[in-house]
Amino acid sequence: MSVRTELPETRVDTPEKRRALPPLLVHALAALGALAVIVALTLVTDEFTNLRIATIGYYLIAVAGLTLLTGLTGQVSLGHGAFMFIGAYTVALLVRRVPSFPLWADLLLASAAGGLAGLLAGAAAARLRGPYLAGATLALAVGLPALTRRFPDLLGGSNGLSFTVHSRPAAVVGVVPELRWQTWIVWLSVLVALVLVVNIVRGRLGRDFRAVRDDEVAAALGGIAVGRTKILAFLVSAVCGGLAGGLQAFLLGTAAPGSFTPALSLSLLAAVVLGGLGSLWGALWGAVALVYFQAWSEDLADVLHLNTDVANNLPLAVYGVILIVVVLAFPRGIQGGFQWLRGLLRRSAEQKEIHENH
Amino acid sequence: MQDFFDLTLGGISAGAVYAALGLALVIIYRATRVVNFAQPALALISTYLAYSVTKATGSYWLGFAVAIVAGTVLGVATERLLIRPLRHRSELSSIIVTLGLLLVLQAVAGMIWSNEPLAFPYAFDFRGRFSANDLFVVLVVLAIAAVVLVVFKYTPLGLRMRAAAFAPEVARTLGVRVGLMLTAGWGLAAAVGSLAGLLATPPFLFPNVLDGVFVYALTAAVLGGLDNPLGTIAGGFVLGVGLSYVSGYLGPEMVTIAALAILVVVLTLRPAGLFGRAKVRRV
Amino acid sequence: MRTTRTVAGIAVLTLALGACGGAGESDGGGGQAATDSAVGVTKDTVVIGTHQPLTGPAAPGYSKISAGARAVYQAINDGGGINGRKIDYRVEDDGYNPTKTVEVVKKLVLQDKVFAIVGGLGTPTHSKVVDYLNTEGVPDLLVSSGALAWDNPQKAPMTFGYQVDYTREGKVQGKYIKDHFAGKKIGYFTQNDDVGRDTQAGLDQFVKDQAVVRQGYDSANTDVTPQLSALKAAGAEVVVCACIPAFTALAILAAAKIGYHPQFVVSSIGADPATLAGLLQDFAKRGGASVSSGQLLAGLIGTGYLPDVAQTSDPWVAYFKGIHDKYIAKEPFTNTVLFGMVQAYTFGQALKAAGPDPTRQKVVDAMSSGVLKGPGLTPFGFSKDSHAGYTGAYVFKINPDTTTTVIQPPAVTDRGTGAITPYAGERATPEQVNLLSK
Repeated sequence: MSVRTELPETRVDTPEKRRALPPLLVHALAALGALAVIVALTLVTDEFTNLRIATIGYYLIAVAGLTLLTGLTGQVSLGHGAFMFIGAYTVALLVRRVPSFPLWADLLLASAAGGLAGLLAGAAAARLRGPYLAGATLALAVGLPALTRRFPDLLGGSNGLSFTVHSRPAAVVGVVPELRWQTWIVWLSVLVALVLVVNIVRGRLGRDFRAVRDDEVAAALGGIAVGRTKILAFLVSAVCGGLAGGLQAFLLGTAAPGSFTPALSLSLLAAVVLGGLGSLWGALWGAVALVYFQAWSEDLADVLHLNTDVANNLPLAVYGVILIVVVLAFPRGIQGGFQWLRGLLRRSAEQKEIHENH
Repeated sequence: MQDFFDLTLGGISAGAVYAALGLALVIIYRATRVVNFAQPALALISTYLAYSVTKATGSYWLGFAVAIVAGTVLGVATERLLIRPLRHRSELSSIIVTLGLLLVLQAVAGMIWSNEPLAFPYAFDFRGRFSANDLFVVLVVLAIAAVVLVVFKYTPLGLRMRAAAFAPEVARTLGVRVGLMLTAGWGLAAAVGSLAGLLATPPFLFPNVLDGVFVYALTAAVLGGLDNPLGTIAGGFVLGVGLSYVSGYLGPEMVTIAALAILVVVLTLRPAGLFGRAKVRRV
Repeated sequence: MRTTRTVAGIAVLTLALGACGGAGESDGGGGQAATDSAVGVTKDTVVIGTHQPLTGPAAPGYSKISAGARAVYQAINDGGGINGRKIDYRVEDDGYNPTKTVEVVKKLVLQDKVFAIVGGLGTPTHSKVVDYLNTEGVPDLLVSSGALAWDNPQKAPMTFGYQVDYTREGKVQGKYIKDHFAGKKIGYFTQNDDVGRDTQAGLDQFVKDQAVVRQGYDSANTDVTPQLSALKAAGAEVVVCACIPAFTALAILAAAKIGYHPQFVVSSIGADPATLAGLLQDFAKRGGASVSSGQLLAGLIGTGYLPDVAQTSDPWVAYFKGIHDKYIAKEPFTNTVLFGMVQAYTFGQALKAAGPDPTRQKVVDAMSSGVLKGPGLTPFGFSKDSHAGYTGAYVFKINPDTTTTVIQPPAVTDRGTGAITPYAGERATPEQVNLLSK
């Protein structure tokens, strides 16, 4: 059986030879710029919008990880929430059991724990194709959170764990509101991770990923260890998932099985497709869509003053319709839309130029 | 010992339902290479219609019939409106579209019938260690499986459906209306799925009632091999009985973990399921 | 070279993450927020919010509570509001997902600027926002869960319980069983979380030596036949069911399936006769007379603290039935709806008691003043030292026509090992409380 992989082409800007700066530095500088933008954005918005920006942040890194796995390597995972689950519980346990650990260590360990799980999942999944992989990863998303009920004393049973993570240095207490500070930390972590992810995607490993996606046999003939490459994709992707879960736990102070339902995993995948499969920019739009589509449809339900049964279910229906419409009408997602728009502008500019020259 | 016996019987009737819904997934997968995530929602809407018809007329069997017909129509409509436009697209597109449909239909069910649980009756008396209703469920599922197998293997319709699924170009040159056959596959699958919904839902009906059943049905299909109806039926029963033992001996909270463990073990040994054939890929 | 330097730069940035010591240690920030504020209160409105599971797997059984509450707020508003202020009730759907709960509660507090959170539903969900609400100084009133955690005035001065906690209820059940089923074998069938744990803590004070078998259920797994088989195999003659309504009904059906006829004793959260009769009604039509919902339910013993909707002679039931018929006549009038109505009414009383210029502190003071009396058959535990909701329960039996008969009058107790004492206090009538008068 062959997995159909007519995925949209990924735009990879091959580093131009004459560029003086190494790509890692370029990406790091871009990340610094992005951080500056985020900080500015949090300063001009209210606290609740800050929370939404932070939420976009941790979804972004989760969706970016899944983009790398599904969009670039062609491995469909319906269970990425499981890695967030592991990251969140790692932070929760560390904060509660080892309070003296600094936050960065907690987050690093959350990423590592996610990565370890990804390594195992990848090793088990490397031989699986298409729907078999989908089924197995869905079982992962359903099964793993049940561990909390098996070990209620350690993991808090179905109530999960609740805790408060303190991250503000004494100097900024009273100067920067807690949520704003947390948003900065989330985005700082996300951008550091993204720099690494972008570097991987643009590097040799990224080329291997795409080769495996496009044609496994050809990739193998070309000297790429297909199994190992898939496992590496799972590993990197799960590290991102673990970090996302850790950041979520840090931001919201909760780790509970009810947060890591299959619905979470599926909405992450939906975000990958909404944003534009196979593009890291798409991951950003997907994360934004994940947060704002839901908010808007809830506002819509409020505004329309419907009877309760209709109003309660409207956001779900709207979200479903958006998914269907985007896939049917805009197969390349939001990023595809942007590219199309840019192409249109460029063409019209070129035409204008031609007109002027003649 | 009685424990063991009861758990086995309970597992068989649960497994029959997984097998039936799994069968619906396999029929669609064979026809169009799509894993239909909207399957539980199609079955859900049919079952709600059965509820309303039964409530209005007092006849359970009229509701039953309406559900099967409605399921078929829903399946056909889904294929024509949503799946056909995607036939040259990646498998991910169809996953997301069927997922979107799942959300929409569950929401619609909640809007019309509310999110509160409704009492949904069993077909027959449910009392007894292996009740009349349990027997009915198992027999219906076995009968359906037999019918599907016979249709696929021995009837011209089944032959055309298989040809349309596996070699559409060749089939087309031989005069098979490929599109119609694929639609027929979806209709048939959705009918089977609706039947599974009717059997799985009792005692209570609410929008998420089939979610768990669907996860196990997909697990059963993956266990048995997504290409293999017979394997899926077997996978459903094996899973049902196995999970019943887990629930009885290890605790109900272990069931989902056990399903994962079974899947991992089986797929590690046989990546295309117990009865699936690992196809050699053409280069 | 440059790469090394960049990596070093990133490392420094990363270090900034930890520049502030242990993540689990207090930063000394936050502190107690000013509670004398009147956020959410204007000349003519008071904005309040709640989080409820309106969709998703946990919605069945809970999604109608806010409908009941909304009806009472509408009645209050149509009567001119409380001290001239109408109540603006914002319901956020959290789907019983704790992550979502934190998000929507922060939305209510930061964006909607609510005066208070009233009746936030669920232990896994609400436990994640208690710290936040107390740090922000937002009154967190009448939590819809029987967990013990809400009654902690030192650590959570803004948080108040509502329903009787699971341990108190377990004690009342245990005492009743000890008195009336002496020497019989008892089995526990409990939800695998704090509902089960806390209920067992109460039960064990009285019937630990009679308990021969303990079975748990997981709310994600609706096949409870294995558990009921185990209860039957152990010979349990009385089964205490600390379950939500759907699982009470599932347990009853599973028992009927395997021909097991124990005496069920069900906690208030899962013993609403109207809801149970609704869930079991259609089995009557198909299974013949022997499985009518009346016969499935007849003899079932339950505990409760609010009047039962079937007790139409109760002045409060009649009062709320009037509101129900006027505003939400289409919804079935169940104890679940009544639960939401009483909750809303109680908040209305607290707001009224807070005076013409309510502040957050004043409403908290009104709650803990102990003046709130009303629909419940047992009193609230609210005082300076206790934020416990209803402090006891009565015991009832379901009749073959699914009405109920009280078989043990209301009794109150504490959450520790204190005695259970009959409650003889007077209940205020709707006319005496007279909330809707201007």
